[in-house]
Amino acid sequence: MDEGKEKILDKKSSRRSFLKNSGIAVGGLVLGGTLGSLFTNKNGTQGPVTTTQNGGQPDFTEALQFFRRTSDFDTIAAAMDVIYPEDSNGPGAIALNAPYFLDKQLAGQWGTNTYEYRKEPFQEGHTPLTNGAIFIEGARKLKELAKSEYDASSFTELDEEQKIAILQKLEAGEVEMNLISSSAFFGLLRNVTLQGCFCDPLYGGNKNMDGWKMKEFPGAQMSYLAYAQSDEFLVIDPISVGGHKH
Amino acid sequence: MVTVLPKVDVVTTGMGWAGGIVAAELTKAGYNVVGLERGEERSVEDFLLCHDEYKYNIRKDLMQKLNKDTLTFRNTRKDEARPVRSESDLVLGTGTGGGGTHWGAQAYRYFPYDFEIRSKTIERYGAGKIPDNMLIQDWGITYEEIEPYYTKFEQMAGISGEEDPLAGPRSAPYPTPPLLMAPQLQMFHDAADRLGYHPYRVPAGNVSEVYTNPDGETLNACQYCSFCGSYGCEYGAKSDPIVTVIPTAKKTGKFELRTHALVTRILKNGNKVVGVRYRDIRTGEEFDQLADVVALTSYIFNNVRLLLLSKIGQPYDPDTGKGIIGKNYTDHHTILGATGYFEEKKFNNFIGTGAWGSAYNDFNADNFDHTNVDFIHGGQIEMHLLGNEPITNNPVPPDTPSWGKEFKDKSIYYYNRTLSVVSQRAFLPYKDNYLSLDPVYKDDYGDPLLRVTFDYHEMDFKRHEFLSDKCVKQLEEMGADLVVPHPMQEHFSGRFTFQHDGGGAIMGSSPKNSAVNNYSQMWDYENLFVCGSSAFPHFGPMNPTPTMGALTYRATEGMMAFLKNGGGLVIQPK
Ligand SMILES: Cc1cc2nc3c(=O)[nH]c(=O)nc-3n(C[C@H](O)[C@H](O)[C@H](O)COP(=O)(O)OP(=O)(O)OC[C@H]3O[C@@H](n4cnc5c(N)ncnc54)[C@H](O)[C@@H]3O)c2cc1C
Ligand code: SF4
Repeated sequence: MDEGKEKILDKKSSRRSFLKNSGIAVGGLVLGGTLGSLFTNKNGTQGPVTTTQNGGQPDFTEALQFFRRTSDFDTIAAAMDVIYPEDSNGPGAIALNAPYFLDKQLAGQWGTNTYEYRKEPFQEGHTPLTNGAIFIEGARKLKELAKSEYDASSFTELDEEQKIAILQKLEAGEVEMNLISSSAFFGLLRNVTLQGCFCDPLYGGNKNMDGWKMKEFPGAQMSYLAYAQSDEFLVIDPISVGGHKH
Repeated sequence: MVTVLPKVDVVTTGMGWAGGIVAAELTKAGYNVVGLERGEERSVEDFLLCHDEYKYNIRKDLMQKLNKDTLTFRNTRKDEARPVRSESDLVLGTGTGGGGTHWGAQAYRYFPYDFEIRSKTIERYGAGKIPDNMLIQDWGITYEEIEPYYTKFEQMAGISGEEDPLAGPRSAPYPTPPLLMAPQLQMFHDAADRLGYHPYRVPAGNVSEVYTNPDGETLNACQYCSFCGSYGCEYGAKSDPIVTVIPTAKKTGKFELRTHALVTRILKNGNKVVGVRYRDIRTGEEFDQLADVVALTSYIFNNVRLLLLSKIGQPYDPDTGKGIIGKNYTDHHTILGATGYFEEKKFNNFIGTGAWGSAYNDFNADNFDHTNVDFIHGGQIEMHLLGNEPITNNPVPPDTPSWGKEFKDKSIYYYNRTLSVVSQRAFLPYKDNYLSLDPVYKDDYGDPLLRVTFDYHEMDFKRHEFLSDKCVKQLEEMGADLVVPHPMQEHFSGRFTFQHDGGGAIMGSSPKNSAVNNYSQMWDYENLFVCGSSAFPHFGPMNPTPTMGALTYRATEGMMAFLKNGGGLVIQPK
């Protein structure tokens, strides 16, 4: 496991125990010293993770543009991390910053379906909801299911198997949702998770190009002419579009 | 208030390959051409930062946005059509270059059999081989007649390739040598040789070496950069109208490009057309551009839609079989085969070009005996190295979930350990597959959208099973440990993913069975030329662009003859 990731995980668990142990009141802003600032929602669950990079400087782009309620964001993030979990290959969706990728996408034209045909009537199977509305609806539904199925106060609190069971129900279309089928919501969630793990890091996902490194994908290289006939498998350090010099 | 603009010799309705070829040829011959294009003007500078899968391949940045208009789609006449809403389901060119900017540039010819499919099928197997509801017909042009125009397109586009021993005869070799032989392709060739087939490297518009075309335009050498089909080429190494025919037209001083110009009607007077009406989509202003010749170059969907909206030609009625506009629509988005999983081998699958591949045609066209199979025509067995992008490519063996731990582990493991062999196959026209105007959904300006009615037929499944089996055998011979055939869906999904559509304004030898003659000239409106794959009476087995390019070159000769003679049909009906 790479070092940065370990740090993030440590921090998460220490945050959790910090909250538990200190019994800090819910709903308020906690100034956590070395833990950085974090928000809690009504249920006292953990807010967005403020990861640090570059010698301890916070990455200020890891903040929310679209989601208003951090609990919605955390819920979706937790679901993404089940869809693409951390394992011996490398980081999962949260450590790859896929949730921040999604938040940024929802804040832009994709979140409001600006370039899609939106005229009525919306027939069966076509949702009138925008992508932004779908993710809010989805987050609330996940929370509701955590409560109804496991009597938990949030989806993030569930153990992995419980989260998987809920996502499987959604995938199978077995959950009643407002103006969209649960399988359509799940399909979208699954696709954006992969997008967030493997997009160019310029979008805020695929942090440190770790997604590409796992897949041994060299990123936005300019030319492979010299390698086109190579019989050997090539491991090439990836580069991002941000690394292009034209 | 519509502003009427002075008459020019020729006006085009789009500036992709078809519009570009018309503009280049007519201006070189001294005629004035106005090119109307709904999108923006593009140059190679637009592509310098385009190695970005999310922006270009997932969000389709270079392609037409669907918010103002789209298609509607249904499988059968009993269904209610629904609009195709998302850009991931309908990929269309826009801006100068059109689809020719983000094509993969696989540059095939069709087979002699394609052009005379009806007569040759009957000659060899008897009329009983053709189902009653299948509308195949001879194209009104033979391979020998179209061959010089294929050559012209290939010379202009700098196509890199080697001769396919099973294709029609060529009057000239490809202008540039084939792309390099990758190790995976060598495996393909060796296996095909052992099986007794005839492999060749596929013709590519990813040009293999620096090439200057007969018009003096220079294409650079392909860098195997992997961001090719769906992307623009930052090297000017992919053949694209913006580095070939459009600069050629501009050099003459006789070409005027107007962008953001959406053509909404063809204007007519009696049995002639007099120009087109277009709208500046930024300001909403409307203009009538008058012209002696109107060239429809807006890709099949808008070619057909403009004819229907302008009430030109008789719309096809599937109940009576009467009418021609909209008839013989074919979709070609079913490219299936099999995926091979290799436990011990890792491939540099991240290296590719849009047209890097090898293929064989032993099971294509009428290259094999169909007496004992329940279908006609066939497909090409082919393998491509397109540069596998990481969002889109997550190969996992069957029974693996599509998410979670096992999915992650296996999709990473197999990412560079799989190869796919696919077959592009012909799609033949049926009575109930057609184009018409949608009764419900409209565009932003209140005009009805075009409606596609399309589904598969029995022969499509039979052909699929046959070819799929060949793909499986090919991969087994290549040493794959596990070979998984791709299933064919029971119904066409309505995902239009790489601009392979044909028909709707088909060509032929007489107005009884066609909208246009073999110069793409409308029988009923002599100064209207409908250019592009809308003229295909059926969809040949492989990618369409050289065939539509060849027909457009021929159409330009028709336009010149028409202008020179001051009118008349360039060819008489048979
Ligand atoms: C991802 C992808 C990969 C492909 N790969 C291959 C390949 O490897 N090989 C191959 O042979 N083919 C390939 N194709 C198909 C190829 O792009 C098309 O066959 C070709 O571009 C068709 O050319 P055209 O000029 O007829 O239409 P287009 O290229 O679509 O050009 C039509 C132009 O008209 C404009 N237009 C449309 N309507 C109007 C209107 N009303 N008013 C004004 N302007 C209008 C459009 O904006 C567009 O610029 C691919 C396509 C895609 C999308
Ligand atoms: S693969 Fe070749 S032709 Fe295609 S975009 Fe890259 S350099 Fe250009």
